[in-house]
Amino acid sequence: MKEYDLVVVGGGSAGLAASIAAYEDGVKSILLLEKEKFLGGILLQCIHNGFGLHEFNEQLAGPEYAQRFVDKFMSYGIEYKVDTMVLGINEDKSIIYSNKEDGYSIVKAKAIIMSTGCSERTRGAIAIPGSRPSGILTAGLAQRYLNIDGYLVGKRVFILGSGDIGLIMARRMTLEGAKVLGVAELMPYSNGLNRNIVQCLHDFDIPLYLSHTVSNIIGKDHLEKIVVSKVDDKMNFIEGSEMEFEVDTLLLSVGLLPSNVLLEDMGMEMSSTRGPKVNEMMETCKEGIFACGNSLHVHDLVDFVTKEGREAGKGASRYLKGLVTRNEECLECVAGDGISYVIPQYVHVSNVDDNVEFKFRVRSPMENKKIVIKINDQVIKSVVKLHLLPAEMETVVVKKGEFTSNNGKLVIEVEER
Amino acid sequence: MYDVIVIGAGVIGGCVARELARYKAKVLVLDKENDVGNVTSMANSAIVHSGYDPKPGTNKAKYNVLGNKMYDLLTKELDVEFKRIGSLTCATNEEELEIIKSFVSRANDNGVEVKILNQEETRKIEPFVSDSVVGSLYAPSAGIINPFELCVGLFENALDNGVELLLNEEVVSIERLTNRFVVRTKDKEFETRVVVNAAGLYSDKIAKMVGIDYFNITPRKGEYFVLDHFEKPFVSHVIFPVPSEKGKGILVTPTTHNNYLLGPSSEFVEDKSDLSTDKPTLDNVRVNASKLVKNIPFNYIIRQFSGLRATGSTHDFIIDERDGFITLGGIESPGLASAPAIGKEAVRLVNSVLHLETNPYFNPFRRKVIRLKKMSIEERNDLIKQDPSFGHIVCRCEGVSEGEVVDCIRRNAGARTIKGVKKRCRPGFGKCQGGFCEPLIMEILARELNLDPLNVRYDSVKSYILQSETKEGDK
Ligand SMILES: Cc1cc2nc3c(=O)[nH]c(=O)nc-3n(C[C@H](O)[C@H](O)[C@H](O)COP(=O)(O)OP(=O)(O)OC[C@H]3O[C@@H](n4cnc5c(N)ncnc54)[C@H](O)[C@@H]3O)c2cc1C
Ligand SMILES: Cc1cc2nc3c(=O)[nH]c(=O)nc-3n(C[C@H](O)[C@H](O)[C@H](O)COP(=O)(O)OP(=O)(O)OC[C@H]3O[C@@H](n4cnc5c(N)ncnc54)[C@H](O)[C@@H]3O)c2cc1C
Repeated sequence: MKEYDLVVVGGGSAGLAASIAAYEDGVKSILLLEKEKFLGGILLQCIHNGFGLHEFNEQLAGPEYAQRFVDKFMSYGIEYKVDTMVLGINEDKSIIYSNKEDGYSIVKAKAIIMSTGCSERTRGAIAIPGSRPSGILTAGLAQRYLNIDGYLVGKRVFILGSGDIGLIMARRMTLEGAKVLGVAELMPYSNGLNRNIVQCLHDFDIPLYLSHTVSNIIGKDHLEKIVVSKVDDKMNFIEGSEMEFEVDTLLLSVGLLPSNVLLEDMGMEMSSTRGPKVNEMMETCKEGIFACGNSLHVHDLVDFVTKEGREAGKGASRYLKGLVTRNEECLECVAGDGISYVIPQYVHVSNVDDNVEFKFRVRSPMENKKIVIKINDQVIKSVVKLHLLPAEMETVVVKKGEFTSNNGKLVIEVEER
Repeated sequence: MYDVIVIGAGVIGGCVARELARYKAKVLVLDKENDVGNVTSMANSAIVHSGYDPKPGTNKAKYNVLGNKMYDLLTKELDVEFKRIGSLTCATNEEELEIIKSFVSRANDNGVEVKILNQEETRKIEPFVSDSVVGSLYAPSAGIINPFELCVGLFENALDNGVELLLNEEVVSIERLTNRFVVRTKDKEFETRVVVNAAGLYSDKIAKMVGIDYFNITPRKGEYFVLDHFEKPFVSHVIFPVPSEKGKGILVTPTTHNNYLLGPSSEFVEDKSDLSTDKPTLDNVRVNASKLVKNIPFNYIIRQFSGLRATGSTHDFIIDERDGFITLGGIESPGLASAPAIGKEAVRLVNSVLHLETNPYFNPFRRKVIRLKKMSIEERNDLIKQDPSFGHIVCRCEGVSEGEVVDCIRRNAGARTIKGVKKRCRPGFGKCQGGFCEPLIMEILARELNLDPLNVRYDSVKSYILQSETKEGDK
């Protein structure tokens, strides 16, 4: 059985950044496994620009951004296999994969980085009522048909959910000659980045219906019509608010879910983000198995994915070199008032190099608030935020010296100013 | 001239066709759909009922019990997934407990083995029943089957043995002449000596075409939730509530692929093609399922669907022969469980008219289905060595390889559509519901069937997926 120091599962932005960081930190025996034909991940179908503002200080298209990392990865000669599906991970960190050349194979790893990305929530997951014709698909799938394969899925389109992919697809399909009749969002606020609302909807006069959802689907073979209803604060359809739209396509942009089948099959408990719980070096509860990118939690900006990938790569390298200082003492980090989740969930202060960057999201849009970090009920840091949106991931950096205790509970919460 | 034309390629038509293949006969099956087993036979609870509850003496009781017994051999010959996991009809109060006890004599009359289990015994074999369950009726012979594979297997084997099948052919009229019939579809006509009406929801309409009008079919809808498979243990039996006039009630059951079904509801509807689902009904399914089973992981819901029961005005299966026209109507639940026995009976009726000779070349076995997931590492690698496409996994959720997809297309009664592939080897049935694999399946279908991707269909001929090319001339 072949053995590597590090095996990276998934060759998107996170996996590439992680492999590169581990390599630069001295880990030379690396294998990256990717199920698609090419390295680069979901970015390869995101042909719009706006990637790389933080990393490169310029606006790149998705494939361009990905290519910079692929080039670097290749220049190091790191080993990889594409068209290769990872099927399972064993307790002893052996990895089962399958492809045409090697067949059904097993490799051993001393450390593993999981960067398997996310999948889109489907019609079934949100139980849209009505019939089941073709013409209802996730926005990401339509994006792939359009940008990779060169096919348009329809000409009269409605979009359910105001996630970024849906917004981007509203513009993209309009530019390809389709008529986008509107976007409905269940919540009273949008789930997409503000810049996407402006550039993809407002600029094209596409209406956004907040607190609305699709209440019926009509069509025998292919989609013919949808009914959109307003919802009350308990998310029930309001009778009399129905609007009908004759459309041939309904795109769903109703959320992304981290893909962690491989870890779940190992019996690993998932957190509220549907990703594994991790510590300050992105290590999961299984020693030597790390996670980053969209399979840890869904990111809105790829630049942050890259950064997180690097952290995981460095963490794995540290682990492989035996530099991890592990003791019983550990802070458990939890989401307090107004916050939906916090990453990392555990911090071993003794193992912190310089600082920890906490990532979190707020539960609902808020203005002019204070983000407060407490350790065992004592405030250690507070930051003023003028605008907070669930669609935008927030971060706060805590320096090693600012941790007042190595044990107990760290809470991040929103407070009035 | 055909000897027999079977109208309807559901599980009933399939059992009839395969049974007819045992004889020297020229047989044609016609269906209006774009695939076999595409209506009620693919949207049901997939349970091979034990047969304890139909009223003794009815066709339902007779054929259910006979059919159930035939499933071991049938599924072995056709290589179809089937497991006798047993059913538990659960009582949640003393009154219901009395009712299930009263079923024991009915079960005895029907010749079905059952046992009353007390609360403790029930919990011991099925720890997931809700705390309010006070006892149950255990029927060990109940099983679960893969209904998609069953229909496909029946037709593949029938076609392997010489039966003909035409899809997308809706029968619009039947003319009775002396000793023969002319069966017409939109633009074709066929002559036959015997007609078997296995048209499910439309069996009344087909019967009326030859003047048989003593029964009507009213569709009764059943809506379901499907849960994804997961690692943690969950129910391992078919869990029923106590049955009522409305039917067997909302049940919870594993499927042959370790998914779980919650449902069905039971509502009469007007339109025989209305397969929509709605929120109030499904909310009710949730509530009722939770009464039977505790801690249902609703966050694993991946899909909703509905099926239409062909409820007949006579309230029993209609099985009769009139001058060469054989009606198999009103085959609602337990139609799936009864299908093999109904198929045999239908062929007995055909023989009463035609006196067919047996076919000495009949081969009851279908070529084994390739199931990578069930193979050892060595077996897999042997296969991959012969054909590397078995190493290329195209569906991450269900672990399906390109080779398996190609195989299900290349068989008799093979897949022609995205849904056809999904029904045969599962890509698209998992958590992502095709989000990742659909483009790959489309590519394989286009290649294998020599189609432009624009002409690959999700299901029916009108259910396109791609509407137009964007970069015309670029390719
Ligand atoms: C459709 C979509 C559109 C987006 N648009 C934007 C945008 O406009 N702007 C922006 O800044 N951000 C956008 N994002 C967010 C950002 O680009 C992504 O979050 C980022 O690229 C994710 O990187 P990743 O490496 O975590 O995941 P991915 O890029 O998804 O990489 C995961 C990789 O793992 C592979 N993989 C998964 N499972 C296995 C397995 N079992 N075996 C082998 N390989 C496996 C996958 O094939 C994939 O290549 C978008 C995200 C999505 C999903
Ligand atoms: C909700 C629900 C749950 C059920 N659960 C169970 C269960 O757990 N166990 C069980 O034993 N049974 C169950 N059943 C019953 C079982 O599914 C049916 O009895 C069985 O599938 C009927 O098969 P069929 O071949 O008669 O009908 P179908 O599968 O409907 O086949 C009839 C075929 O005829 C074709 N057709 C109709 N009209 C024409 C025409 N004019 N020209 C050409 N073709 C035509 C149709 O396209 C169709 O393919 C359930 C049913 C429902 C609805």
